[in-house]
Amino acid sequence: MNLKRHREVVLNPLIKENPITLQILGICSALAVTNNLSVTLVMCVAVISVISFSNLFISLIRNYIPSSIRIIVQMTIIASLVIVVDELLKAYDYETSKKLSVFVGLIITNCIVMGRAEAFAMKEKPLLSFLDGLGNGIGYSIILIAVATIRELFGAGTLFGYEILPLISNGGWYMGNNLLLLPPSSFIIIGLFIWLIRSVKTEQVEEDDFELSEHSTSPDLTKREINV
Amino acid sequence: MFEHYLNIFITTVFIENIALSLFLGMCTFIAISKKIDAAFGLGVAVIVVCLITVPLNNLIYNYILREDALTWLGIEGTNLEFVELISYIGVIAASVQILEMFLDKYVPALYNALGQFLPLITVNCAILGASLFMVEKDLMFTESVVYGLGAGFGWALAIVVLAGVREKLKYSDIPEGLKGLGMTFIIVGLMSFGFMSFGGITL
Repeated sequence: MNLKRHREVVLNPLIKENPITLQILGICSALAVTNNLSVTLVMCVAVISVISFSNLFISLIRNYIPSSIRIIVQMTIIASLVIVVDELLKAYDYETSKKLSVFVGLIITNCIVMGRAEAFAMKEKPLLSFLDGLGNGIGYSIILIAVATIRELFGAGTLFGYEILPLISNGGWYMGNNLLLLPPSSFIIIGLFIWLIRSVKTEQVEEDDFELSEHSTSPDLTKREINV
Repeated sequence: MFEHYLNIFITTVFIENIALSLFLGMCTFIAISKKIDAAFGLGVAVIVVCLITVPLNNLIYNYILREDALTWLGIEGTNLEFVELISYIGVIAASVQILEMFLDKYVPALYNALGQFLPLITVNCAILGASLFMVEKDLMFTESVVYGLGAGFGWALAIVVLAGVREKLKYSDIPEGLKGLGMTFIIVGLMSFGFMSFGGITL
C-alpha cells in the first residue's frame, strides 16, 4: 500500500488538475444544471458515484478487454451504471429527476467518465482507479457547487430555497440579478474561475500560439511629409 | 405541412440551438474550435451522424421500447423504456463505426477529411442529447429526420462561428490567466446570450 500515491490520486484533481478548468472534460452538464443548489448537489452525487464505480469495474476487467472493442465495453459499463442511478432517482426523488430531465442520461457521454476510464482505469489497479474516480468526481463537484452557489445566491437571493438575501419583491432590500439565472452566465462564471485558478497557479497558463511583434510599423502621421 | 417541418428546423437551429441554448457537446465544442477547418470538418461529421442516429433511435423507441410498442409482434403490456439509454448509445456507437468503415471503403476523400473526428463523436453528448430530446418532444418519424438535421446543423453553425472568433483572438491582448480556455468560456457565454435573442420567434 503506497499511501502517498493514493492521497495524490484523490487530491490532485481537486484544484491542480481539475477536470473542468484544466482537462476540459465534462463541461456539458456543468452548465445547464447549476441554477439551483439542491439540483446541483443531486447531479454531483450522481456523477461521483458513476465515475468511481465505472473506474472500479473497468479496472477490474481491464486485462480481459480486447483493445479493439474497448470503447463499446466501457460504454456498456457506464451506461448500465447511469441507468441504475436514473432509476434510483426516479424512485426516490421524482421532482429532482424531472428537473434534471435528460442530463442524468447524458452522464453517459460526460467526457470525465470516459476520459478517466480510458486514461486511468485501463492502466491502474482497482482501488487506485476507484480513488481517482472519486477525486475527479469531487473536483467536478467543487466547480459545479461554487457556480451554483453564486448563481442561486446572487440570482435569486436564496440557498437551497431558503432566503438569504431578502428580495425587494418580498419586502427586502436585495435586487436579484436575473442575468445570473440565465444559463449562459455559468460560462462566464467558469471563465472567471479559470482566471482565478490560473492567477494563483501560473504554471497552468496557456502559451500563445502566435507571438505578436512590437508596435514597429504604426505610421507616425506627424512626421509624414504630404506631397500635394 | 412544409411549414410545420420548416418550423421544427428553424426552432432547432436557432431557438433551441443544441450547443448554445442546451449546452450539449461542449467538450468537443471547446476543444476542437481553434481552427475553422477542423471545426468545419467536425461540424459536417456531427450533421451526418445526427441525421442517421436520431431517426434510427426514433424507430427503435416507437417500435420496440415504448410502452405497448410490441403489439405489432403480438406481445402486449411491455415497457422497455429502462433500456433506453443503453440502446441509444449502442446505436450511436455502432452507426459511427459503420459510417467510418463505409467511408473508408467507398468515399476515401471524405474519410480523410472526417476520419479523425468520427471516433470523437461517439462520446459527443450533442448526439445522445438530440436522441433524448427527440423522445421528450414525442416526434413522429419524419419530424425526427428534420429534427436530427436541424440539431446537427445548429451545432455545426455554432462551432464554426466560435472557431471564427477564436482565430481572430490571436490579435488581442488578453490577461495572462485568461488566455486560452478562460477567454473561450467567456466568448461562448456571450455568444449564448446572443442566441437567446432568437427566443420567442415563431413562424
